Amino acid sequence: MLKTFSLGGVHPAENKLSAAKATEILPVPAEVVIPICQHIGAPGTPVVKKGDEVKVGQVIAQSSGFVSANIHSPVSGKVFKIDDILDASGYKRQAIIIKTEGDEWMADIDRSDSIRKGITLSSEEIIKRVGEAGIVGSGGATFPAHVKLSPPPGKTCEVLILNGVECEPYLTSDHRLMLEKGEEMLVGVSLLMKALFVDRAIIGIENNKQDAIEHIRKLVASYNGITVQPLKVQYPQGGEKQLIDACIGRQVPSGKLPIEVGAVVFNVGTAYAVYEAVQKNKPKIDRIVTVTGLSVKNPGNFLVRIGTPISALIEAVGGLPEDTGKVIAGGPMMGKALASLDAPVTKGTSGVLIVPEKIASRGKTEYCIRCSKCVSACPMGLSPYLLMTLAEKEIHDRAEEEKIMDCMECGSCSFTCPSNRPLLDYIRLGKGKVGQIMRSRIK
Amino acid sequence: MSVVLITIVSLAGLGAIAAMILFAASKKFQVFEDPRIDEVEEVLPATNCGGCGLPGCRAFAEALVKADDISSMNCPVGGADTMNAVASILGKEAGTAIPMVAVVRCNGSCEHAPKTTNYQGAQTCAVVSALYGGETGCAFGCDGLGDCVASCKFDAMYMDDETGLPVIIEENCVACGACIDACPKNIIELRKKGPKSRRIFVSCVNKDKGAPAKKACAVACIGCSKCFKICPHDAIEMKDNHAYIDYEKCKLCRKCVPECPTKAIHEINFPPPKPKVKKEEPETTPAD
Repeated sequence: MLKTFSLGGVHPAENKLSAAKATEILPVPAEVVIPICQHIGAPGTPVVKKGDEVKVGQVIAQSSGFVSANIHSPVSGKVFKIDDILDASGYKRQAIIIKTEGDEWMADIDRSDSIRKGITLSSEEIIKRVGEAGIVGSGGATFPAHVKLSPPPGKTCEVLILNGVECEPYLTSDHRLMLEKGEEMLVGVSLLMKALFVDRAIIGIENNKQDAIEHIRKLVASYNGITVQPLKVQYPQGGEKQLIDACIGRQVPSGKLPIEVGAVVFNVGTAYAVYEAVQKNKPKIDRIVTVTGLSVKNPGNFLVRIGTPISALIEAVGGLPEDTGKVIAGGPMMGKALASLDAPVTKGTSGVLIVPEKIASRGKTEYCIRCSKCVSACPMGLSPYLLMTLAEKEIHDRAEEEKIMDCMECGSCSFTCPSNRPLLDYIRLGKGKVGQIMRSRIK
Repeated sequence: MSVVLITIVSLAGLGAIAAMILFAASKKFQVFEDPRIDEVEEVLPATNCGGCGLPGCRAFAEALVKADDISSMNCPVGGADTMNAVASILGKEAGTAIPMVAVVRCNGSCEHAPKTTNYQGAQTCAVVSALYGGETGCAFGCDGLGDCVASCKFDAMYMDDETGLPVIIEENCVACGACIDACPKNIIELRKKGPKSRRIFVSCVNKDKGAPAKKACAVACIGCSKCFKICPHDAIEMKDNHAYIDYEKCKLCRKCVPECPTKAIHEINFPPPKPKVKKEEPETTPAD
């Protein structure tokens, strides 16, 4: 019996169309657009101005707080302008636009393919390097990694959990990374273990990635304390709290962080980025992106520089199919439909999903028939039908009592609703309002 | 016989004791309430709209009785008549509140600001604006799902099917401000009703630079400052690529109106001048 999380969950069609496609390196685009806010927390502060020459790996926006991250130039060239652009969030936000000239890297970046296994740095030095390299959670939440590596005083980490679940349908970027960069990723895991002073790490991988499970199992034999945990395929297993539950059977209390139960969770992509930052001195300037969809001619996985326009990725898979209904940045469950295809790839873009017209539309909203499918599906044990009504009627105090803030917006409720009710739409709205009220109370 | 007697006596006794307890309690726990509160509440319109800034007419009546100076307090629904009636009850001086009316500062109709995306989620402006910039290319403009209309308790608003924009029915608007709180884009503003209900305002709140603003919407304020330069009364303020007419300073000379290259400045209820003025938006019904 395979392990999985204990509460709720759904199993959408997996559609991992690009699982067997090896990662291709996409050519450096002629122009990159780098939003200064690619992470959770304070936006970076630009440290370059129009006309400045930059090299690959040069800091172009400095972290502006503890929960913030540096941003590096992914190309060499000239800063064309700093302007507001429509990014994948659907809002206009500040971005640095760079015209590419050549491909000149900073001298201290090790560009060789050789794997450096020896760990020489101390815990503090590793955390410092990770912070400098601007590494954020690669799974999509984009939480700055150095913050997670610095547990609050009094809390200790017992076990490091690696998220190789990739529970979102369609996406295969983590799968390919584990297959192709497994060794490097495990060095990254060892670095994270050293930084957190833990001797145990579990890599959770869903059972639909048999080849990755076998490959990583073979590799971990030469590493101390790292184990692979195959998991039953269930969405949203990649959620931090669900993964902890699935791997070590502990439940993170409401409103608390995973460190409360002695766990810290990182995505496998983040572990690989940590390896590159610490062992190769390479900051976060590229990432693997899955470009896929049911009507796409040639779905695949691509290693692209941050700031590449999403339209360039779509070109790489044979252009936009005629029956396109929408293009989503991320997976079908938690991703966000793009308002513009010129939006750039950011540190958190795990996939680009092209959805055909006939399945892109939402059905007609009907009345709630009290079937309680949403309640069964909610992995946080909430009552989505109730939270939706509370948010709609602006009964914020009751919504807070019903733990609306525990919602992680996985969308299982909306996915399962037979009446097509916009459950998550309203819950997200309610979360915003309740969060505002809670913050005003602290002040 | 004795059973009947005992019943009557004991019940009478119980009644007397209960009466004494109730009497004592009513004296002991009596809360004195100014009788004028009831009188004032009587003359207030009982709409409980919150336009005065207080939760309901009763709360406003209490505040009126408590306040030493009521000249700065106003019931937008009742207007001067109500406030004078209140003042005569309380023997205080009523202020002279300027009559206000809500105006919609967006002219991004389906024709002017074409849709660039197709939104299918929950049909309220609050959800759209929390999700992304909106269906049109303008992230500042009206979402067109009518949260303001739903909030109006006075039948003073409706959605125009043709333009997709809310329209304010001037005679019904009491300037309670409910629509202003309901609009997530802060498009609606309370402005001075003006002499003969005439007023001028910039019907756009786009803060983008000129080129992207114009690209998203044909009638956007592009921040060209032409109106700012021509205004003889220093009533126009340029901020964030956008002009704002201060209704306190504006003398309604209308010099700015023909200056605007995108026709973003609207004039309401003016008699048509010699050259025909084309009304962009059925902002009001031709009253007065």
